[in-house]
Amino acid sequence: MSRRIPWTLVVLLLALTIPWFGSRYYTFLATQIAILSLFAVSYNLLLGTTGLVSFGHAAYFGLGAYATGLLMKELNVPFLLALLAGGLLPAAFAGVFGYFCVRLTKIYFSMLTLAFAQIVWAICFQWNEVTGGDQGISAIPYPELGWIGAIPGLGGFRTGDHFYFACVVLVILCIWVLGRITDSPFGRLLTTIRENPERASFIGVDVRRYELAAFAIAGGFAGVSGALFGIFNRGVFADFMFWPKSAEVLIMTILGGMNYFWGPVAGTIMMVVLNQQITSYTEYWPLVLGTILLVLLFAFPGGLMGALDAGAKRLRGQKTGGGDA
Amino acid sequence: MAAEFLFSQFLSGLTTAIFLFLVASGLSLVFGVLRVLNFAHGTFYMLGAYLAWQTMAWLAPTKEGFWLAALAAATGIAILGFVVERLMFRHLYGKEELYQLLFTYALVLILGDAAKILWGTGQLSVSRPPSVEGSLSVFGALLPGYNLFVMVLGFAIAIGFWVILQRTSAGRMIRAAAMDREMLGSLGANVGVLYTGVFVVSSFLAGLSGALVSPIKAIVPGMDVEIIVEAFIVVVIGGLGSFWGTFLGALIYGQVLSFGILIFPRFSIFSVFALMAVILIVRPWGLLGRPLK
Repeated sequence: MSRRIPWTLVVLLLALTIPWFGSRYYTFLATQIAILSLFAVSYNLLLGTTGLVSFGHAAYFGLGAYATGLLMKELNVPFLLALLAGGLLPAAFAGVFGYFCVRLTKIYFSMLTLAFAQIVWAICFQWNEVTGGDQGISAIPYPELGWIGAIPGLGGFRTGDHFYFACVVLVILCIWVLGRITDSPFGRLLTTIRENPERASFIGVDVRRYELAAFAIAGGFAGVSGALFGIFNRGVFADFMFWPKSAEVLIMTILGGMNYFWGPVAGTIMMVVLNQQITSYTEYWPLVLGTILLVLLFAFPGGLMGALDAGAKRLRGQKTGGGDA
Repeated sequence: MAAEFLFSQFLSGLTTAIFLFLVASGLSLVFGVLRVLNFAHGTFYMLGAYLAWQTMAWLAPTKEGFWLAALAAATGIAILGFVVERLMFRHLYGKEELYQLLFTYALVLILGDAAKILWGTGQLSVSRPPSVEGSLSVFGALLPGYNLFVMVLGFAIAIGFWVILQRTSAGRMIRAAAMDREMLGSLGANVGVLYTGVFVVSSFLAGLSGALVSPIKAIVPGMDVEIIVEAFIVVVIGGLGSFWGTFLGALIYGQVLSFGILIFPRFSIFSVFALMAVILIVRPWGLLGRPLK
């Protein structure tokens, strides 16, 4: 029944209202949320849909950021073209690395994704000539988005708001595509693989090929997210691909609920907002995050969306008289 | 002269290897029996170093107090491991592997910050005990007495461990659990006690290696995540859950790092991760490990 509600459109419309609050801070937070949401939703194509636990998703995020950043800064490539490259390059890398990773299962798969990500990180961290080494790349130009101000009703917004509008539209478009992929027969087969890989291969599914396709697609969208983040951050650093970043996206996804398509978005909102609130009081954000994670693991294993879903079901049950009470 | 230089490079690799073996053996032991990669193992190691420093500070004037401090630190971490396993970790055994992993990662976040609150973010250092102060000249290469001591201790622990695994009933249980823990449980073995015991021993080893490393490395926040990645590489190379594999993995890691710096000074970090990737591609269960069922 909830499938009738066009959630993508609802989220898009809600997200577009943020700049009307007129707060630079809200727009800043919302931009971060939008960009990282795409990172988390792309990750969930692997974790929630296909059942693959990657420890190296940050590599593709970072590759996208470097590709787009370098193209825009060094070669003056237009924004959308550079963004496309920021998706395609990581997808290609994910295709090559994934080819080896999907041959392994469980912890071995995770360890190999970690090894590849750390290799990419080590190269970017030390290859001063191209990536700027530990200094990274700074002063990435902002895309030319002044034309957004010429749209009737959108005059009078700041450059940051323009970039936010562009991010929201692009991110929602990508999330919509990911949603279509998840709901497609291809996506259904990925879920079959998650539930029972042996059975999937008995019915004639080439499990490795499907997993590889999911890995490359997820890597590509993570790259787009990283590309946007590099511009938003006005700089790209090797830290983008270091393994704690991969742990972060895993936690965001679990926090929101990996069994729900919008779960990772909920997790990202929670993580970014809490991070901002808590770091203004104390420097011990990891302590708080670790505690939240413990509470989640022991009390709400379904994540935020799982808890909301359970709550909603109980409410509905009570309204109709509740047969199970 | 080239030979002497190479030999001293070899010795430094060997020292790295023994320290890594001490850390990674506990990680591998827990993986072999509980089938969980314990991210918090590196944090236990770091806390071991801090505890050793703290005990030294309390025992201030006596420099030989280091030995006592190391033992106290290892025991302290073993107790911490006991509490963590009994109160929290065991409630997750029935749940998904991913949740168990995330639990250990939550510990990394919480305990890492707790260490910052207790000991600050500055560097701390512990002085070497005077009894092993000097250094030894081996084929023209200098080997500090303390490093020699740790090497001997490392080999002794390796052999002692192996004897326990091969010859005692506890060792048989551990080997049986690594092979098939459901079967072990249904044969009436007390798997719960075994899990606790293994976790405590592993924590003890982590705490001990942290304490032992404190006289030669500065104690800083962040040493936990640094060591855990290295320990992961070691157990992956040798074979997750394989005892001699961990030993071999540590030896290889030490030499690759030590000679990698000579050959590609800029890409020494790269070389160990590349080695890890190659092993996983060619032989995912590691050099001396067995494929998981």
